Amino acid sequence: MSTPFYVSPQQAMADRAEYARKGIARGRSLVVLQYADGIVFVGENPSRALHKFSEIYDRIGFAAAGKYNEYENLRIGGVRYADLRGYTYDRDDVTARGLANVYAQTLGTIFSSAGEKPYEVELVVAEVGVEPEGDQIYRLPHDGSIVDEHGSVAVGGNAEQISSFLDQRHRDGMSLAEALKLAVQALSRDTNGSEREIPAERLEVAVLDRTRPQQRKFKRIVGRQLKRLLEADDAAVAKTDDPSDEAAEE
Amino acid sequence: MEAITRSTGRLPAAFLTPGSSSFIDFLADHSPELLPGNRKLPEGIVEAPHGTTIVAATFPGGVVLAGDRRATMGNMIAQRDIEKVFPADEYSAVGIAGTAGLAVEMVKLFQLELEHFEKVEGATLSLEGKANRLSTMIRSNLGMAMQGLAVVPLFAGWDEGKEKGRIFSYDVTGGRSEEHGYAATGSGSIFARGSMKKLYRDDLTEQQATTLVVQALYDAADDDSATGGPDLARRIFPIVTVITDEGFRRLTEAESSELARSVTDRRLEQPDGPRAALL
Repeated sequence: MSTPFYVSPQQAMADRAEYARKGIARGRSLVVLQYADGIVFVGENPSRALHKFSEIYDRIGFAAAGKYNEYENLRIGGVRYADLRGYTYDRDDVTARGLANVYAQTLGTIFSSAGEKPYEVELVVAEVGVEPEGDQIYRLPHDGSIVDEHGSVAVGGNAEQISSFLDQRHRDGMSLAEALKLAVQALSRDTNGSEREIPAERLEVAVLDRTRPQQRKFKRIVGRQLKRLLEADDAAVAKTDDPSDEAAEE
Repeated sequence: MEAITRSTGRLPAAFLTPGSSSFIDFLADHSPELLPGNRKLPEGIVEAPHGTTIVAATFPGGVVLAGDRRATMGNMIAQRDIEKVFPADEYSAVGIAGTAGLAVEMVKLFQLELEHFEKVEGATLSLEGKANRLSTMIRSNLGMAMQGLAVVPLFAGWDEGKEKGRIFSYDVTGGRSEEHGYAATGSGSIFARGSMKKLYRDDLTEQQATTLVVQALYDAADDDSATGGPDLARRIFPIVTVITDEGFRRLTEAESSELARSVTDRRLEQPDGPRAALL
């Protein structure tokens, strides 16, 4: 039996990080943006059944890029965590911050334990507040760190480029149609700078809408409503700069 | 949270185990002490507030579920304005008769069970599936029921497959039976059922169906001391809910007060309510 080579801890962690990053980069990117009435999730997803975005609790949504079985596992874990917490205490006691912490601990432990393969996922946990000031968006990279984001965030393959594109153009108080249009623009840019068209059928869109009368604020936007929003935007932006485009949001 | 996430702070294995979409199964696995059925029963009899009468009736296009507002403890009125009818999810509702504390806990768990399934699976349970789930929950309460702490709900919902409103009634052992037309549960149910038997028709409008259940509750309160009638002085009126293909809706206080007032006004002239034909 041969003696194993010595690998420095720095090198071992760097290798694991690179492994995870490469896995995440293979997936398509997705973006999460704040708009006037809440938070919108937009991503390119050819599947109608396998979702990248989902509801965790009343005001909390979840988005993930990377390996499906791994983030699905974390998503269900999050739903169980939130439901158990809401059942033991109260619905108001379930917060995105608490959930993000648990995810960070989970991802961090898995990342640094030599016996497990690091998860190839990057998560976003978002909570919509009663007022825009109360909105929270947390980005959770593969290694268990937490980044508190404002305005817009992108994760997945081309995240850095998309993020800088969004940072320059996103502003507070955008209407849903405007935010959606910006998100689609950002996602359609390829690594080499060229643009391609993403048809509405390939878009997965969901919102956490603070104006929804129901207790559960998460809602998927599909079919006709999505098409109308994408089209209404062109007309509205050409005509006026009014950010409160109520008709487009109905 | 310490209890949930122990030592390292990461999600314990039970949270990440794939397979089950049921919150109750998850609780049984992870914190069985939180499940109502798993508590040890102490010896002896305890007296606790009891909820009384729940009624339901179908009409073409939906179903109504309503309840009075009284909770009693022995010969005392424990609470005048208790709420005993709850939405179970967007297309169903549950009304509870029996031990109020246990019933409210059961409803909370039932709501969560349906919501949890919906979030994990991305699809809702069928109406039959929901009714069966409730059946299991009542069965797990049998130990309590034998000590006099029974919970007997009435479950109503819109069946999207069959496109009609349906009612399910239960017994203490979890036995489930579908009721056609109308149903009632709780101490005043005998009188409410008698009242609806004479007034029910299968071509009621939504408005008529809501009037029917308020009439039935009035008759129940008339003959059963544990059922509360409309309290005009304190402005406490029955809770009336309607479930159609547009989902669950609870009548606003203004609507239910108007309904209760119109029934009460007619009873001032005819104390026994509307008469059915003799032949």
